[in-house]
Amino acid sequence: MMKRLFLYSYFLLAIHKLSRTVSAQMSEVFKLLAEGERLNESQMAQILGMSVPEIEAELEALTDKGMLLGWIPVLNPEFEEEAYVRAVIEVKITPERDGGFNRLAERISRFDEVESCYLMSGAYDLLVIVKNRSLQKVASFVSERLSTIEGVLSTATHFMLRAYKEQGYAIAQSEEEKSRLDVTP
Amino acid sequence: MSQDPSRFIARHVIGLPRSGIRDFFELVAGMKDVISLGIGEPDFSTPWHIREAAIYSLEKGRTFYTSNLGLIELRREISKYIGRNFGIEYDASSEVLVAVGVSEAMDIALRAVLNPGDKVMYQDPCFVSYHPTVMLSHGVGVSIKTDAKSAFTIKAEEVKKAWEPGCKVLMINLPCNPTGGVAEKAELEEIARFAIEKDMLVISDEIYAELTYEGEHVSIASLPGMQERTIFLHGFSKAWAMTGWRLGYACAPSHLIEAMMKVHQYSMMCASIIAQDAGIEALRNGDDAVQKMKVSYKRRRDLVLRRFNEMGLACHKPNATFYAFPNITSTGMSSVEFAKALLEDEKVAMVPGTAFGEYGEGFVRCSFATGYDQLVEACNRIERFVKNHTS
Repeated sequence: MMKRLFLYSYFLLAIHKLSRTVSAQMSEVFKLLAEGERLNESQMAQILGMSVPEIEAELEALTDKGMLLGWIPVLNPEFEEEAYVRAVIEVKITPERDGGFNRLAERISRFDEVESCYLMSGAYDLLVIVKNRSLQKVASFVSERLSTIEGVLSTATHFMLRAYKEQGYAIAQSEEEKSRLDVTP
Repeated sequence: MSQDPSRFIARHVIGLPRSGIRDFFELVAGMKDVISLGIGEPDFSTPWHIREAAIYSLEKGRTFYTSNLGLIELRREISKYIGRNFGIEYDASSEVLVAVGVSEAMDIALRAVLNPGDKVMYQDPCFVSYHPTVMLSHGVGVSIKTDAKSAFTIKAEEVKKAWEPGCKVLMINLPCNPTGGVAEKAELEEIARFAIEKDMLVISDEIYAELTYEGEHVSIASLPGMQERTIFLHGFSKAWAMTGWRLGYACAPSHLIEAMMKVHQYSMMCASIIAQDAGIEALRNGDDAVQKMKVSYKRRRDLVLRRFNEMGLACHKPNATFYAFPNITSTGMSSVEFAKALLEDEKVAMVPGTAFGEYGEGFVRCSFATGYDQLVEACNRIERFVKNHTS
């Protein structure tokens, strides 16, 4: 069976602004999740010495606080059932008097094909990562949707050719050889 | 006429006991599907940035001997690291020696200080090579009892009880392989006073210091009056997951380092330059990777500790290292019987406590430096085994 999921494709958490919200009082559950291991509630409970209801309450609290955005499996792009095309687009936009870049960035983020959208320092303003089923679909998104928005000054689209590491998981590398002896001092 | 085949072998080598680890290794080697909790090294590969530094070193053509003492850049990093983390100041140019693992550092330390017949005190149970290394240096070992009641720390009272005239050196390994015992400051202070009173040199192997989960590691060398009579040993194998690189070091007053260097230069010359370059990178940028591995070990420690106690194998809490040392006497078996039967019945390998000294009887060493899922499965098997062997 063709492994659709990448070998180590544990579930990845979409964690909102990790660096801002990670604090000393960060819950044990959160720390465990952030390590990216695939654990169900009862496994987490076992590791942390908590009860399952406590874990569920913690997870709910993390979601309510907007720290935990969701659960997405990390897939190997090479094994996607439906092949797709991904592009990173550098977008220059005009900041507005009230709100700077926010209104336009949020507007662009609403499109389903936009996976991620970041405000950047440097030569352009927004970095938009777009995923769609074909090159044409991405091209028409850029030319018909994105470029035509009032305030978008220019776009530069770069198509991704191959993934070597996805969300922290190495893809194209040969397996590391583990050759520990069975018993050592 | 047949001649004695051992006539070419030195008497003191013939007298060396075979390693209990090696006996056990041979038992395990022929078996399939064994979960081994008998491995005394990390299950992580060396962090990539450290490996990459070694590759770069080779690319640059750094393939030559180094100073006998080791690269000065590495010695400077060691000096800074020990100052920062252990609170002991050593001069990089004269008080640090880079060795081929702590094992070599231990060997040259003993060879540099022992006259034939000098006595060396060491804790029991302890790392397998301690007593043999003393014997190879023509010294005489004097063991200090440690026990589960005091979580295998070294008690000053036991040191005093074991001491006898002619004891020149006190060897300590805290945190300890195989017991996970850690240094207790009050005990260490009393041991230090006793070492001063009896004018003993202390050799302190602190290779597991970074893997301390509860409390703060204290080095005996940092106590008043001790730096001048302590050879502090440390290395990269455990916390940085660099066992195969063979890289360790000794820090001590310059006259002791000079004496050790004499032995080292004629036997080893220097540690591998590639490993030394990797060591520089490990000390400069390795803290995060060490921390990450430590978090992972602690989680596994918590698992095995809980499971052992639940299944009726009393286990003290190892506050450091990746070893648990559960008491197996509830099964009515000896350490060796337990380890052999467990291997045969359930295909789980743990090393009998007696491989680490006579006071290891009644215990087995469980290395939890193995995958979490494997550990869960191993604990299930051990639990079944214990149930079948206790009525």
